[in-house]
Amino acid sequence: MARYIIRRLLQMVVTFIGATFVVYALMFANQNDPIQALAGDRPVSDNVRQVLTEQYHLNDPFVVQYGYYMRGLLTGDFGKTLTGRPIGDVMSDAWPNTIKLALLALFFATLFGIGAGLVAGLRRGSAFDNTTLALTLVVVGLPIIVLAPIAQLVFGVKLGWFPTTAGARPSLYGLILPALVLGAASTATMLRLTRASVAENVRADYVRTARAKGLSARRVVAVHVLRNSMIPVITLIGVDLGTLMAGAIITEGVFNIPGVGSKLLLGIQTEDGPLVVGFVSVLVVVFLVTNLLVDLLYAVLDPRIRYE
Amino acid sequence: MTYSNPYQQQWPNQPAPAAPVVAGWDDPNRGGWDTPTAAWSTPPSRARVNQPRSGEHLLDVRDLRVEFGTRDGVAHVVNGVSFHVDPGETLAILGESGSGKSVTAQAVMGILDTPPAVVRSGQVLFGGEDLLTVSADRRRQVRGQEIAMVFQDALSALNPVFPVGWQISEALRSRRGINKADARRRAIELMDMVQIPAAAERVDDYPHQFSGGMRQRVMIAMALAMRPKVLIADEPTTALDVTVQAQIMDLLATLRAELEMALILITHDLGVVADVADRITVMYAGRVVEHADVHTLYAQPAHPYTRGLLASVPRLDHRGHGLHSISGTPPNPAAIPDGCAFHPRCPWAQQVCRMTAPTLVRIGRLDRASACHFPPEALDARLA
Ligand SMILES: Nc1ncnc2c1ncn2[C@@H]1O[C@H](COP(=O)(O)OP(=O)(O)O)[C@@H](O)[C@H]1O
Ligand code: SF4
Ligand SMILES: [Mg+2]
Repeated sequence: MARYIIRRLLQMVVTFIGATFVVYALMFANQNDPIQALAGDRPVSDNVRQVLTEQYHLNDPFVVQYGYYMRGLLTGDFGKTLTGRPIGDVMSDAWPNTIKLALLALFFATLFGIGAGLVAGLRRGSAFDNTTLALTLVVVGLPIIVLAPIAQLVFGVKLGWFPTTAGARPSLYGLILPALVLGAASTATMLRLTRASVAENVRADYVRTARAKGLSARRVVAVHVLRNSMIPVITLIGVDLGTLMAGAIITEGVFNIPGVGSKLLLGIQTEDGPLVVGFVSVLVVVFLVTNLLVDLLYAVLDPRIRYE
Repeated sequence: MTYSNPYQQQWPNQPAPAAPVVAGWDDPNRGGWDTPTAAWSTPPSRARVNQPRSGEHLLDVRDLRVEFGTRDGVAHVVNGVSFHVDPGETLAILGESGSGKSVTAQAVMGILDTPPAVVRSGQVLFGGEDLLTVSADRRRQVRGQEIAMVFQDALSALNPVFPVGWQISEALRSRRGINKADARRRAIELMDMVQIPAAAERVDDYPHQFSGGMRQRVMIAMALAMRPKVLIADEPTTALDVTVQAQIMDLLATLRAELEMALILITHDLGVVADVADRITVMYAGRVVEHADVHTLYAQPAHPYTRGLLASVPRLDHRGHGLHSISGTPPNPAAIPDGCAFHPRCPWAQQVCRMTAPTLVRIGRLDRASACHFPPEALDARLA
């Protein structure tokens, strides 16, 4: 197990370098004149241009620039945005909001997805099963860019149950609707997977054995059926995290949440290379670490999985 | 052979069935046929098997009928099965795959999925109490505690994600409320009892870490955790190789004797139960077609189906040949033939067999019966 973790960590380093390198390359290859982009429409004097070029190593070869950047990252220095704000500060503003939003979305997805999936799987063919099937088809069919404004309009504006936008310092309550929207697709896939998994496992031989022991129906479902049905669902959570991150950009945009998504969007729009690369680097790390955790959790849930 | 067996004539190349190792099997002085040598054309009046009074046996299953609602119509899987067992006794239930043995066992345990299964009628008397009419709670109480079951494929019948010791003692923890440490100790004791080596080290291992034979021992230990009075073993050795089969059978026989249990051994292989069974009930298409004590059944099988099964008992060096001696396959339970369900495959079949179903009638000695229109000596005479 320890060897496996070490190998995975080494792989993560390679992946991290590769991913940041690609993003860095894309961001910097694409921009014509970062200094002009920084200044907007105003003219830039040669003096200023020279200082900025020095500061950002703009004359060095691309690989050297990347090297400088990585050195900064390793010492915890994300650099500055083109507007001069330390990216570290931007991060510490944005990340808590996004983490809250993502965890809330994951919580709702897990709660509703697994809960409803379990009931649907136990009562196949019931009204509940059919209703959730129809609902999940709708949700899976609607891209979040459509779903988010609709939810905002219906539950925020029309019904007024939730604030329409989260505001600069979003409260947990203000994040509920965005989290539901963000987690909707995950809820749907988790529900379908749980249902399929439960439907298969209730017929498993070991469930029959559990009943033959005279265990209560509740224990048979909660311990034997659910435990085994969670194995594929846990893997899905790891995969879903990527979807969640992508969805966060849109959701945060629609609900005006000052999180990673909106900062990333802003960075892309203003061609702010350091900002984008900084955020993406952290996203890559988050993604890699969660996937490692999910894989380890998978081994805990299923003892047949052995990592060597 | 003291009886004629047309199955060998159909397959001349097949070796004669080996004599199973049953005491007295070759004894020329053993009692011959019990039935009077009346001509088969004038059927002797034979009494129907009397149903014992309630409470007479530990487990007494009477006229059990189970159907399945399927897309192709109603599948009549169990059609009036009766048998009984008493403490310290081993009953084998024998029949080809698909004859309804497992469904019968699951109906007795009360673990059939309903729907699709429907228990149409019958009684499952445990100590005189009809389990088919008691409350669900009482039913669950009996399950595992009074009547326990060992399943065929231990790999799939054990939960892959829990340690074996945990699974063995689960019922004790959940139903008797004993604490974790005691449960673990009990699990080790039970694993010792079923002769799993190094039980104390292996108690926390998972099912996939055991060999097939050891997994089946785990299953047995789990079934015995609550000290049941009746143990039903549904093809407990089918997935195992020959030497391990014999060990598991020995273990079951030993445990049955030590714990004074009633053992019901379900099998499609007459060979594996020869040494351990006291009585044998033969099932075909969801009916009991013959039952007798093991010696009589081997020496003088009454029903043509039993004769076919016996002809196909492989010798040790021919094991695995299965039931090739009987041509054809068992009927689909949704379309059981009229008359005698066995008639399409029966070398003795007559017109009467296609028209009317034979009932289970006693042959001579008590507790020996066959469901065939023709008594054994008539079958012998016909092929002589
Ligand atoms: N859930 C079910 N639905 C429909 N038919 C079933 C079901 N379970 C068993 N059967 C039918 O019952 C018959 C007997 O099954 P089973 O008791 O498993 O036979 P055996 O154990 O003697 O091999 C089979 O023909 C099978 O098709
Ligand atoms: S009743 Fe007829 S068909 Fe059925 S077993 Fe006897 S002889 Fe064969
Ligand atoms: Mg079976």
